[in-house]
Amino acid sequence: MSELTNTSSDLVLDIENLAVRFETDDGIVRAVNGLDLQIRKGRALGLVGETGAGKTTTALSILRLVPKPPGVVQCDKLELNGRDILTMQTKELEKVRGKEVSMIFQDPMTALNPVFTVGDQIAESIHLHENVSMTEAQKMAIDMLELVGIPGERAGDYPHQFSGGMKQRVVIAIALACHPQLLIADEPTTALDVTIQAQVLDLMKSLRQKYQTSLIMITHDLGIVAEICDEVAVMYAGNIVEMGTLEDVFNHTRHPYTEGLFNSLPNVNDRKAKLKPVPGLMPDPTDLPEGCPFYPRCQYADEKCKLPQKKTYVSDTHFIRCCAYDRPGFHIEREEKS
Amino acid sequence: MAENILEVRNLVKYFKTKRGMLHAVDGVSFTLERGKTLGLVGESGCGKSTTGRTILRLIEPTSGEIIFEGKDIRKLNRFQMRHMRKDMQLIFQDPYSSLDPRKTVSQIISEPIKANKIMTRQSEIDERVAELMSIVGLAPRLFNTYPHELDGGRRQRIGIARALAMEPKFIVCDEPVSALDVSIQAQILNLLKDLQEQMGLSYIFITHDLAVVNHFADDIAVMYLGNIVEKAPAEELFTNPLHPYTKALLSAIPIPELGAQKERIPIKGEITSPVNLPDECRFYKRCQYACDKCKGIPPLEEVAPGHFVACARVAELN
Amino acid sequence: MSNPAFTSADLRAYKKRSLSQEVWRNYKKSPSAMIGLVIIIAIVIAAIVSQFVFNYDTDIVQQDIMNRFQPPLTEGHLLGTDQYGRDELTRVLYGAKYSLAVGIVSVAISCLFGCTMGLIAGYYGGVVENIILRFCEVFMGIPSVLLGVAIMTAFGQSLAVLMLAVGLVYVPMFARTARAAVLPVREEEYIEAAKVSGVGDLKIIFSHVLPNSLSPIIVQVTMGVANGILSASFLSFLGLGVPVPAPEWGAMLSSAREYIRDYGYLCTFPGIAIMVTVLSFNLMGDGLRDALDPKLKQ
Repeated sequence: MSELTNTSSDLVLDIENLAVRFETDDGIVRAVNGLDLQIRKGRALGLVGETGAGKTTTALSILRLVPKPPGVVQCDKLELNGRDILTMQTKELEKVRGKEVSMIFQDPMTALNPVFTVGDQIAESIHLHENVSMTEAQKMAIDMLELVGIPGERAGDYPHQFSGGMKQRVVIAIALACHPQLLIADEPTTALDVTIQAQVLDLMKSLRQKYQTSLIMITHDLGIVAEICDEVAVMYAGNIVEMGTLEDVFNHTRHPYTEGLFNSLPNVNDRKAKLKPVPGLMPDPTDLPEGCPFYPRCQYADEKCKLPQKKTYVSDTHFIRCCAYDRPGFHIEREEKS
Repeated sequence: MAENILEVRNLVKYFKTKRGMLHAVDGVSFTLERGKTLGLVGESGCGKSTTGRTILRLIEPTSGEIIFEGKDIRKLNRFQMRHMRKDMQLIFQDPYSSLDPRKTVSQIISEPIKANKIMTRQSEIDERVAELMSIVGLAPRLFNTYPHELDGGRRQRIGIARALAMEPKFIVCDEPVSALDVSIQAQILNLLKDLQEQMGLSYIFITHDLAVVNHFADDIAVMYLGNIVEKAPAEELFTNPLHPYTKALLSAIPIPELGAQKERIPIKGEITSPVNLPDECRFYKRCQYACDKCKGIPPLEEVAPGHFVACARVAELN
Repeated sequence: MSNPAFTSADLRAYKKRSLSQEVWRNYKKSPSAMIGLVIIIAIVIAAIVSQFVFNYDTDIVQQDIMNRFQPPLTEGHLLGTDQYGRDELTRVLYGAKYSLAVGIVSVAISCLFGCTMGLIAGYYGGVVENIILRFCEVFMGIPSVLLGVAIMTAFGQSLAVLMLAVGLVYVPMFARTARAAVLPVREEEYIEAAKVSGVGDLKIIFSHVLPNSLSPIIVQVTMGVANGILSASFLSFLGLGVPVPAPEWGAMLSSAREYIRDYGYLCTFPGIAIMVTVLSFNLMGDGLRDALDPKLKQ
């Protein structure tokens, strides 16, 4: 089984014990708390969680874009293709951004510069990172546009001449222009309509296969994850509470929070089913509970949950942070599927 | 025999723009039974929000009839309309911009009570506010807090409490859960459903989220460029969609289950601009089945009991 | 469903934390704004106290030719005496009342008219807005000094007319500020929500629109006081303001102008007084703008 032997050369991204906090006037906001994350070449990871779970902060730390101050980033390891990001010089870092890792943001309206044509914006990214002349970069930009399904002759148009879905395609073209090994997409389709979302997702799926790009897909929509990811990490209050392959997390759900997320979604096949939302609210990130951050909302919680939670592997590919399984015979209500 | 609380006939709203006439709502008709929910689904720019606001006369319709409890509310004058608003309320999409940041929770919820002079004694008003807060699940300690101290879910509950203050019979819910996280979204959906059962409310539920509307609504009307293209009971619409647009829309929903994804029915291009529309089926430019029959706007016809479709080729395609 | 578990008194017990407290908390953070505030308080106290300590007839205007042009730091005259032998310090302190009064009253006038026009223009839009805006443009096209001079000559020289003149000059500025502040608020959904709740237009304007567009207006008011003081001094300097022998700072400057070569201090002190007052109001305005800026709130 090649999937299980994680040789380090295979890892595109390797994060160990990442912690990010923001020191504000109102207290210290603990956005990410001891997160571990590995992504292998060509794999797509869905990073799922609700607002304030720390998904975007995690992504920004990978690019070293967390604003400082008030942000403070600490970790044991943060490596991209075996190279340490945290100690990198600014010059080197600029080469890495865009060339080895690039990011797509939620709002395509603000990601493009309104005073340059889209062709120039793509070409600029190519010109910066590849050793080509500007005219050659222009030609490559047109190819990129056609690749994302926009006719090449529109390269001379300005962003405001494109619709929302088209702009997001342009943003994808810029992000993929230098064929990065890792693409981070932060809610790339949230601002789009369903039918346009479907088009963009299909496009991302096919481009990823073509270039063997690794992908981190940040989203709150489990449906999107099911559609384009291989692995899922569920985040809650700054840490991954459950991670595994799609099969592991969707069909053999273990963590009570993941269960809560699934139960909150209306079931398309059974419209009469009553929603079972997670009671209560996400804890205040300036005042996180001592142990498992989820225990105040968890229906299975007991005294042990107030202690710090360890990472427990339930299978080779599947881990959770939940001590409830130490109890003999414990299982959550959600049924296993095969 | 079910009685209709609301009947909308041929509702039209055009906006004058610099580039020409914008057809926001273009001849929409439907009925809503008392105590039921009608889901209004569509993508951005299809006119679903304008429809909701026109029904409440927050936007004056260009033409058409809006018959609420047997009265055409378009014929009411300003004063009568203000009186009528007690029965017709609106819940907003954005729990941030819909609450005045300078007002406390109690001031916000009590505003309609004071404006309509339902109660005058302050202690009486306070007790009513407390009652409303407990109905929507807000802790009494939030009585004097400001909205910006609260999260989106609680803010949306304030908006719901304000809408309920006048004991309305009918509420337009304009994307009430789109701005909320999934777990909070489910809490609010359950709350709205419980309120409907307890108070016999009728809803028009406007959303772009098909999974939510399927769960929540009794009937669903799918809108495209100011027209209703298909309308059917929720179950029927999801199992047996007939209009090409509905089919494509349903196939585009990502389903959070492994192996559940249906084959995608692609639609060409993007939504057409609603300005100066030609006289043809609104979906003409993007429909893969478009032909000469599709010239001229197809009427909404009943093809099965309760199932209406506006497509010229519906018989031959299904 | 009735029978609430909480009575009115219980609910009132949950303390309200007002927004003004929050603004004050932010305001305190800026040292320059605090300096401005302290100086303004000092000037206000000086203006009030000097009314009771000094007698206008004997201390302020009575001439004492024997003692004219005493330099500063002579005994009994810390800042010296003027060309009529009157104590400069006394006059400068006493004069604070004119500047403050003109600044505050004129701003009150321009704020009242300007904000009403701006609110109406911003809230209703359309033709009403067009008329008000065009009127403001015409008004702003007339040089403000010329307008002030015209009003002063038409209605005669007095403190009241000076206030009115300065106030009217700044009406269009307030109208435009208020309108610009109202425009984004008008689009907010809570305005629509109030309409659905059956609230009337006037109530909406005063209970929702005005409080939410107040911050730029408050800033404009503090800056306006500074502008008002300057304009008043300027008109007085031209001899069109408060009539002599009242110790208005601008008027004092004007009459000291003849002696600027030999007795420069006579110009310096009223000049400093004007500068410090205007600066303090500007500092306060800057501080308020930062404290009221919603972007700085979380």
